[in-house]
Amino acid sequence: MSHVRPHTSGGRAMSLRITGAIAGRVFAQLRHDHRTAAMLLVVPSVILTLLWWMFEDQGPGFDSLGPPLLALIPFIVMFLVTSVTTLRERSSGTLERLLVMPTGKLDFLGGYALAFGVVAAVQSAIAVLLCVWVLGLEVAGPVWMLTVVAVADAVLGSALGLLVSAFARTEFQAVQFMPLIVIPQILLCGLFIERELMPPVLEAISDLLPLSYAVDAMSTVSTTTSDAFGGVDTSVWSDLGVVAAFTVAALALGAATLRRRTA
Amino acid sequence: MMNSVAVEVDDLHVLRFGVRAVDGVTFSVPRGQVTGLLGPSGCGKTSLMRSVVGAQIVRSGTITVAGLPAGDPALRHRVGYVTQAPSVYDDLTVEENLRFFARVLGLDGAEVDRCVAAVDLGDHRGRLASRLSGGQRSRVSLAVALLGNPDILVLDEPTVGLDPVLRRDLWDLFHRLAGDGAALLVSSHVMDEAERCDRLLLMREGRLLADDTPDGLLERTGARSIEQAFLSLVEVTS
Repeated sequence: MSHVRPHTSGGRAMSLRITGAIAGRVFAQLRHDHRTAAMLLVVPSVILTLLWWMFEDQGPGFDSLGPPLLALIPFIVMFLVTSVTTLRERSSGTLERLLVMPTGKLDFLGGYALAFGVVAAVQSAIAVLLCVWVLGLEVAGPVWMLTVVAVADAVLGSALGLLVSAFARTEFQAVQFMPLIVIPQILLCGLFIERELMPPVLEAISDLLPLSYAVDAMSTVSTTTSDAFGGVDTSVWSDLGVVAAFTVAALALGAATLRRRTA
Repeated sequence: MMNSVAVEVDDLHVLRFGVRAVDGVTFSVPRGQVTGLLGPSGCGKTSLMRSVVGAQIVRSGTITVAGLPAGDPALRHRVGYVTQAPSVYDDLTVEENLRFFARVLGLDGAEVDRCVAAVDLGDHRGRLASRLSGGQRSRVSLAVALLGNPDILVLDEPTVGLDPVLRRDLWDLFHRLAGDGAALLVSSHVMDEAERCDRLLLMREGRLLADDTPDGLLERTGARSIEQAFLSLVEVTS
């Protein structure tokens, strides 16, 4: 008999073909789920419009709160979406099936990061364009940089969502990680009270949380200009570097939770 | 000449959720035959099959698949596996499910068509898996396992809940694959499927009660059905 299964990716850590297949499959799933797709693209803009409306007669509130929200929303949304979808892969047996096939752990993680990164880019681009062109958000730095930071936040949210899905047995539990992992970061990120004004212990804790750096980067882009690389203050790049480092760490820990053999 | 033994399991022990799910099992699965793994639910069939495909943490024992240790990366293109619950994406169509797994395996669209046809789902290609009946979904799962003509197939209850005509067709398919030289290990908790197997492994409470041909088993126990043979073997061992 002819055995037509080719041996293309034997022991390699990562295969572009498989990573692409997984990202393409996530898009196909979104195509069938119109409601989720629509909410992913529209809800951030609705929230930002609400925020703009709240501050209509109150001076610069929208200009100071808009950029942090542009950082928060993709982070929260991607955290939730990824933790639930990954949990489904684990509990439906599709993950087991993929790992019995030649799928590498990095293919799996990379496929999800790629797909949700693209979704986040589109989601953020819509929200940023709405804020700047329609709602009149004042942005001192380059507008495109807001989208770059938003995508970095979204991928961070995906990476953390993937990691926590390993510690949840049900979708109920997965959703409960949102208040546990995300809300403290929102409280301590400088949105409600400047980080320097917090009690020293909380300020130190906020220095250890990735969302603080994401919000700092957003605020810096929207309030300052610079002749440095990318037209932004170098602190934006170092903040982004911290976000990226947290993302890589979360993905590495997440990879450790993807086991080919389970009990 | 290719080794005629595809899978060799020697003194396998598996602990699952604190229970001795597989408790010292030894057997082999030859090429060119359909080996049935029969026993009641909860007897350890699934743990045993997951061990063979390398998805189960085993406590002790050795499993050799095509001359390699179970779970070896070189086996990932050679072993087709159907999990007990259909592991397909409910929010994708039949065809999209097959195309996705085909891409993972590096296969083309012709292979998708062949496998959809093999499980007789041609009329439902464009349907979402969530809109299919339980039997249809398990056939999608089976079609995925057939992608690329793997020479070793591990099928965990692939015919549960199917109508008798379809069940017969699938068993015919299994025998055709065996006739082409593949090794099949097929589990079932329905004893009347036993007579469709070339060889039988009867399992109960983590141990093998018998490893024989259906006729050999009936002869040895003097029973008229495999179900009776199972009962008399339980009485002898307890």
